[in-house]
Amino acid sequence: MLDRVSSAALDTFVASDQPLLIADGLSKRYGRIDACRGVSFELFPGEVLAIVGESGSGKSTLLQMLSGQMTPSAGRVSYRMRDGVLRDLAELGEAERRLLLRTDWGFVHQDPAQGLRMAVSAGANVGERLMAIGWNHYGKIRSVASDWLERVEIDTGRIDDAPRTYSGGMRQRLQIARNLVTDPRLVFMDEPTGGLDVSVQARLLDLVRSLVAELGLAAIVVTHDLAVARLLSHRILVMKSGRVIETGLTDQVLDDPREPYTQLLVSSILPA
Amino acid sequence: MTEATYNFAYLDEQTKRMIRRAILKAIAIPGYQVPFASREMPMPYGWGTGGVQVTASILGPDDTLKVIDQGSDDTTNAISIRKFFAKTAGVATTTSTPDASVIQTRHRIPETPLHEGQVLVYQVPIPEPLRYLEPRETETRRMHALAEYGLMHVKLYEDIAKFGHIATAYAYPVKVAGRYVMDPSPTPKFDNPKMDNCPALQLFGAGREKRIYAIPPYTQVVSLDFEDHPFTRYRQDGCCALCGADDSYLDEIVTDNAGTRMFVCSDTDYCEGRRAEGHTGSETTPMESAHA
Ligand SMILES: Nc1ncnc2c1ncn2[C@@H]1O[C@H](COP(=O)(O)OP(=O)(O)OP(=O)(O)O)[C@@H](O)[C@H]1O
Ligand SMILES: [Mg+2]
Ligand SMILES: [Zn+2]
Repeated sequence: MLDRVSSAALDTFVASDQPLLIADGLSKRYGRIDACRGVSFELFPGEVLAIVGESGSGKSTLLQMLSGQMTPSAGRVSYRMRDGVLRDLAELGEAERRLLLRTDWGFVHQDPAQGLRMAVSAGANVGERLMAIGWNHYGKIRSVASDWLERVEIDTGRIDDAPRTYSGGMRQRLQIARNLVTDPRLVFMDEPTGGLDVSVQARLLDLVRSLVAELGLAAIVVTHDLAVARLLSHRILVMKSGRVIETGLTDQVLDDPREPYTQLLVSSILPA
Repeated sequence: MTEATYNFAYLDEQTKRMIRRAILKAIAIPGYQVPFASREMPMPYGWGTGGVQVTASILGPDDTLKVIDQGSDDTTNAISIRKFFAKTAGVATTTSTPDASVIQTRHRIPETPLHEGQVLVYQVPIPEPLRYLEPRETETRRMHALAEYGLMHVKLYEDIAKFGHIATAYAYPVKVAGRYVMDPSPTPKFDNPKMDNCPALQLFGAGREKRIYAIPPYTQVVSLDFEDHPFTRYRQDGCCALCGADDSYLDEIVTDNAGTRMFVCSDTDYCEGRRAEGHTGSETTPMESAHA
């Protein structure tokens, strides 16, 4: 049977047999609040994981720790670098961690003002990561930026306009282009559709879904909207009071939730 | 009241020692902004109190001081600062670039090349080159520490996207000794190449922002740019109407109520020197220039 598998497919299989990111016993205390308690999981290349749970359940805290932007009170995050070596984030130097965050990772914020430079043109917003890694040719930077605007369905005629002149949906799409321009392997998203109109949400989700599939991206998406989780993710992690209370394939968990809390989440939100 | 009420060069010795320590650190780390405890000076911030404090800390009794403002020795600002040090330090003053051992400047580098042993002190209003795009001080410090300078190119990118070329004409950012990106203060970019490999010591003082930075003699200073939009010097295309110079930085001045304009050297000492040597421009005859 093995000999019928093409070698390329086998490579992919072997590569994705090794986790891209490993969370091991992640905990975070804010004074007396346990925002996150002993969260462990593995994420594989090309896999999309949704983190769901009610407000205050610790989703953003977890995402901050996973993306190296917050130091855990206990536990660790390991990431497989492009050279194949698994590294403990806590052992990376600050320069290395920041480089990772703007090259091999992306971070899409709920509030585009946090993820974009609102006063700087769309072209420069997309080009910034390239310039940060040493691109020094204006024409090339601009043409790559223009390609990316097209890919996220932004009229390239708007390349010199600042995102503060963009609609909410356009801003989110620009944020995505700005993150993907360096070909990251992993993208973190915190409520990427929060605050958008339903129709605008649908279009954005569609775009994210096709880009993720096309580029073979791994993603960790925080959302309290189970419809978003169902549309985007392969696997789901349900959080309550800082703990993971249920995890599994997205369809299985949403169609047949075991935990009473998940059942409550599913029944109150899915029919909408 | 006589001069006895002042310490030499106005500042007390302890303050001068503190500023000298900051200067030494700045020289040791070219282009790095060293914080210092800026003092109140008997003049407004806009008058270059950062530069004045640096000058006060390095002046010795044997120094000869020149002060220029936009290239001129004769503006109110330049005259006041020169008088201030003549009075508080009793040092000799001059308008001649080669004769000065310390030159305090606002917005220009003299046309006459500087020589070894000279110190050029710049008055700096805003020392942080990244401020324009990143207002958070904690973040700009981290960017300097990690040499993350992509943002500087974002600014140049914006220029080209808006104007078709790098329109930044003043305070044009440079990289010093291959490491720190630095704001050369609002000098015209025409002066940028003069900072590179300069035999003189260059010190920068920002009073309100409490920062000192430096370029030691013979240090590499490179103006940032893109491969396809290289750095270019800029000067008004023309000759000085007084001395005929075609290589100096020119100011446009209005000469009468009818709005008649002419170009003259912004560096008054350079212009006068050339006229003394017999050079003339469209507005001068050899006779006139000899005693101008
Ligand atoms: N900086 C902080 N200081 C103190 N407590 C905090 C801080 N940030 C979060 N918390 C607390 O930690 C818990 C988890 O917060 P977190 O923001 O991770 O939740 P969340 O699941 O992202 O919620 P939401 O859906 O509302 O964004 C909450 O009880 C919150 O009040
Ligand atoms: Mg949150
Ligand atoms: Zn002249």
